[in-house]
Amino acid sequence: MPDTVAATSDFAATPISLWRRGMNLFITLATALAVLLVLLPLGAIFAYLVYKGISSLNWAFLTQTPKPVGESGGGMANAIAGSALILLIASAMGVPVGIGAGIYLAEYGRNRLGDLIRFTADVLNGVPSIVVGIVAYGIVVLTQGHFSALAGGVALAIMMIPTITRATEEMLLLVPNAVREAAYGLGVSRWRTTLSITLRTATSGVITGVMLAFARVAGETAPLLFTAFGNQYWNWKVNQPTAALSLQVFTYAISPFDEWHRQAWAGALILIILIVVAVSAVRLVASRGMLKGAN
Amino acid sequence: MPGPQPVAKAEVVSGTGAQSEPLIKAGNSHIADRLFYFAMLGCGLCVLGLVGLIVYELITKSSLSWHAFGWKFFFQSDWDPVNEQFGAWPFVYGTVVSSILALLLAVPLAVGVAIFVTELCPRWLKGPLAFTTELLAAIPSVIYGLWAIFVLVPLLRQYVEPFLARYFGWTGLFEGAFYGIGMLAAGIILAIMVVPIISSITREVMTAVPQQQREAVLALGATRWEMIRIGVLRNARAGILGGIILGLGRALGETMAVTMVIGNRPEIARSLFAPGYTMASVIANEFSEATSDTYLSALVEVGLALFLVTIIVNILAQILVWSVTRGAPARGHA
Repeated sequence: MPDTVAATSDFAATPISLWRRGMNLFITLATALAVLLVLLPLGAIFAYLVYKGISSLNWAFLTQTPKPVGESGGGMANAIAGSALILLIASAMGVPVGIGAGIYLAEYGRNRLGDLIRFTADVLNGVPSIVVGIVAYGIVVLTQGHFSALAGGVALAIMMIPTITRATEEMLLLVPNAVREAAYGLGVSRWRTTLSITLRTATSGVITGVMLAFARVAGETAPLLFTAFGNQYWNWKVNQPTAALSLQVFTYAISPFDEWHRQAWAGALILIILIVVAVSAVRLVASRGMLKGAN
Repeated sequence: MPGPQPVAKAEVVSGTGAQSEPLIKAGNSHIADRLFYFAMLGCGLCVLGLVGLIVYELITKSSLSWHAFGWKFFFQSDWDPVNEQFGAWPFVYGTVVSSILALLLAVPLAVGVAIFVTELCPRWLKGPLAFTTELLAAIPSVIYGLWAIFVLVPLLRQYVEPFLARYFGWTGLFEGAFYGIGMLAAGIILAIMVVPIISSITREVMTAVPQQQREAVLALGATRWEMIRIGVLRNARAGILGGIILGLGRALGETMAVTMVIGNRPEIARSLFAPGYTMASVIANEFSEATSDTYLSALVEVGLALFLVTIIVNILAQILVWSVTRGAPARGHA
């Protein structure tokens, strides 16, 4: 590619050469082609999910537990319930801590400790999920002596916290200081202002952050492999091995049985519906504005 | 944005109302304020504590392997659980090769998408395109893996690999049996997964380039592409590099999709058709089956190495992205 910077001075004087015009057209087409190439797998993945998933999605799939190898039928009901249980545990731990840390950063965090926490949250965000799994194994599974839904929940909570923290901080900082000052001026105490005025104003933004974190961990498989571990049967006990949808999809996908492959597609379809609903809800909330009544 | 600095505190207000009734009972608010502060501080410290805990867990649990093998753990290639001999070189190799392959495929596409979305496409197309790439980032890795096993791998086996072998076999990179599963499949699926990250960061830094830069170059008579190259890409290049490195960080730590298609064999082969193994996938496959303490410890050490590498890569990327988006564009002196 010739360096046209040298020709800068006579840009205006000479008519645009064929070469430069051609280059311009070429780049426009090339980038459009790149967009198509990127959208292609996306389209293919969704098309396959719907095409393969719908055909094996039925009532039994949603209500029954897996059948032994060789028998057809059965479903992933226990895995769906297990995912719900694990996500509930993860949210119960991750959401309050994440929002609390976000409040600290936004309201009290203009100092070196705040900077350090902000930095660590970003670090935590980049930790590979499989490593988080190892840590949850170390703290929960080893102390308990067996795999459990709790261990899976802890792993996912660790992954949720940094996302929620940073989103909460960002949203609280969007709330104008005048709103806080108005509350202080009325004699409202600082904690009350933060909870009932600042956080309330930013509610939809914070919910967006929580939903994004939720969508991110809902499909996570790697950290559950040796924490929740999986289970062929119903389980509602927090300290027992538990099936999870993503885990079940993985096990079935790498199995040699056609029947299981079909079920893996159906499981994946359910999983993606869950996530697309979460992400679209976020879009909807976001398009209505992150703050309420503060403008 | 300046941090919230309250001008007046609650107790000041209540203190002035010596004669009149105070508006609210502020007597306990001082204590409540302190309690609230400490509770929030506790949550903040939790984040610090978690990272500390991760480091502590990884270091203590891997010490056995570290003492047994030392540095040569990462440079030896025999992984033999039966004889308790562990060398992580094949995994390091597989991780590096699959990630580099992914970046080679993903970077031109991702930057192309970013250029198209920010500079070239009609305005009505911007929103939907941005949303679609976002969606691509939200698909769980296990679903990418599922799709790769049943769609991508057969495609590679039947069409792409024979084609590559016939025309590019002389490079030595494309030879051997056509399994479909292998390093090439892993690289391609990783590329699909990191494109959204790289392109969204690139978009962000390109948007941060001041509009005047574009206008100035256009005023000199540049074509659209010249404007993008001289006015935008040159100013944003540090940030784009940051985005690429962030994508690298994701590719290095990616587990499920890679585990499902790379073949999981601790071998080092020149051909991209051959199966391989990565650091993340060896942990995923063998962790819950690790029988001896040394075996488990060796796997944790692989995890520790993965952790350290991704942290360094991510921090580097953050610094580069900030250098562009934080007001001071990194100018080229070339």
